[in-house]
Amino acid sequence: MNAYDIVLKSREKGRPTAGKYIANIVDGFIELHGDRRFADDRAIIGGVGYVDGLPVTVIGIEKGEDTNAKIEHNFGCAHPEGYRKAVRLMKEAEKFRRPVLCFVDTSGAYCGIGAEERGQSEAIADAILKMIRLQTPTLSIIIGEGGSGGALGLSAADEVWITETATYSVISPEGCASILWKDSAKVAEASACLKLTAQDLIGLGAVERVICEQDFSEQFFADLKGQIAAFFREKKGVPVERLVEERYARFRKF
Amino acid sequence: MKLEDLKKFFFKKPKNALEGTEDAPPEQQPPAEPEASIPEKLAEKCEKCGQIVLSDEMAENFGICPKCGHYKKLDARARIALCAENFCELFAQDRSENILDFPGYDEKLASLREKTGEPDGVVCGTATIGGSPCALFSMDYRFMMGSMGHTVGEKITKLFEYAIEQSLPVVGFVLSGGARMQEGIVSLMQMAKTSAAVAKHSEAGLLYIAVLTDPTTGGVSASFAFEADIILAEKGALIGFAGPRVIEQTIRQKLPEGFQRAEFLQQKGFVDAIVERKEMPGKLAALLKIHAREADE
Repeated sequence: MNAYDIVLKSREKGRPTAGKYIANIVDGFIELHGDRRFADDRAIIGGVGYVDGLPVTVIGIEKGEDTNAKIEHNFGCAHPEGYRKAVRLMKEAEKFRRPVLCFVDTSGAYCGIGAEERGQSEAIADAILKMIRLQTPTLSIIIGEGGSGGALGLSAADEVWITETATYSVISPEGCASILWKDSAKVAEASACLKLTAQDLIGLGAVERVICEQDFSEQFFADLKGQIAAFFREKKGVPVERLVEERYARFRKF
Repeated sequence: MKLEDLKKFFFKKPKNALEGTEDAPPEQQPPAEPEASIPEKLAEKCEKCGQIVLSDEMAENFGICPKCGHYKKLDARARIALCAENFCELFAQDRSENILDFPGYDEKLASLREKTGEPDGVVCGTATIGGSPCALFSMDYRFMMGSMGHTVGEKITKLFEYAIEQSLPVVGFVLSGGARMQEGIVSLMQMAKTSAAVAKHSEAGLLYIAVLTDPTTGGVSASFAFEADIILAEKGALIGFAGPRVIEQTIRQKLPEGFQRAEFLQQKGFVDAIVERKEMPGKLAALLKIHAREADE
C-alpha cells in the first residue's frame, strides 16, 4: 500500500471507531459527560472503567459508525467544549492517580463560527499544556485519522501508538495539495510528501508502537488490551516526577 | 514627484500580505530598471487604504498608516526595536534544513534566507522593557508568514528554558499563520514541545506575556500563543484557530464583519487587553513591573 492508499484506508467506512475500542477493551465503562462550562460535546466521549482489572480514565474522539451517529458525533470534529471535557476528565484522573487512555480519530478540530467564538485555539492549547504535564501515566492510540492540532490535543502522552493503517499529520493531504500546489488532484503526491504513515512516523520518532490490525478481529482487541494493561502497569511503577520529565524529553527531542 | 510616478516605480505587484505568502512560488525579482536610481523605500502604499505614504513618515509613525490608521506588519527586529531596549540576541545561528525532503522546500528556505537575511521566522534574545529585564521572542511575517517548523519551535523552547535558568519573564510577539506543513509531523510536534517549555516556565513561577499580532492562527494559536499569563493583542489583528477562508468554505456562508479580529476575541473573553501600538512599550513595562517578584525589587 502506498501512502495515499493508507490515507483512504484510515477513513474507510466500517473501520472501528473509538466507541468500539472502548466496548472491547474497557470493562464496566461509565460515561461521564460535559465540560461543566458550556455543553457536552459528543465528538469526544469519555469516562472511567477497567482495563484488565486496572482502573483507567478513557477518552476517545468518536466519529460515529452510521449516518445518524456520525451526525450526533459531528463526524469526530470536536468543538472547544470537547477539549475542555477531556481536560476535566484528565485532571480528575490525575487526582486519583488513574492512568489516562486516549483513542484518537479525527480529521481535525471543527472549524466554524461557534468553535471560534468559544476559543478553539485556547481549548486545544490548554489541552496540550495540561496533558503534557499530567501527573499520571498517559497513552494515546491513533486508530484512524490523526488530524493536526485536533489530534495533538489528546496526544501529548507518555507514548503514542498507532494502528497499521492509521495516519498522523500536520495537515490533510487535500489541504496540503490545495495550498501548496493549488491542485487538489495532487493528493496522492501530498500524502507521500507529508510522511504520515505508521512506518514513516515510527522512523521519525513520533510514535512508539505500530499495532497490527489483524482485520480488527477479536484477537486484535484482546492483544491491544494486553499491551495497554502491561504499559500502564509498568508506568505506574515510575515515580511521577520522573514520568513527567520523561514525557518532557519525549517531546523535547523534536 | 507626482504620486502617479511613484506608483509606477514601486508598486508593480500590490498584494495582500496575508495571501499568497505560504503558497506563492519564489518571488522573481523584477529586472532592474534604469530609473530605479530613486532611493528605494521613499514611499509605500498602505495595504488597507491603498494611499501612498512617505516611508519616513510611516516609520516615524511606528508603521501605522497616517491616512487611515491601519497597522502595517512589522518584521521581527522592527518590533523589538519599537518595544525593547538593550536587546541581545540568542541562538542567532540556529537553522534547520529540509527534514522530510519535501519537494521545493530547500529552494524556498534558501531564497527566503537571502531575501530576509534571517535564518528562519523567529528572533530571540534578552532585553529590557522600561528597565525590567526579560527574555523575548519576535516572529517574522516575511518568513512564510511566521509559520512554525523545527527552527522556530526549537528557538522558542530554548528561550523558555533559558528564561527558567535565569529566572526571567518571557515576552513573546506572536505572528504566525500556523504550523509549517513542509515539515509535516515534526512541525506538529513543535506545538507540544513549546507548550511543555511554557508549562515548565510557568511552574517555576515566572511570567509569560504574549502579544498577539496580525495574524495569529493555526498551530501557533493552538499552542504557545494562548498559554500565556497575560494575552495582549494589537488592534485589528486576525486571531483564530482556522483561517476565515477555510471556515467560509466549511460552513458555506460569509463570516460577519470583525469576526476573529482582536476586538471580537476580547469581547468573547480570550484576550486580556487590546493595546495601541504606540502604547505597547509602556504597557509591557508596567506589566513586567507589577509582576516583579519581591526578591527582584
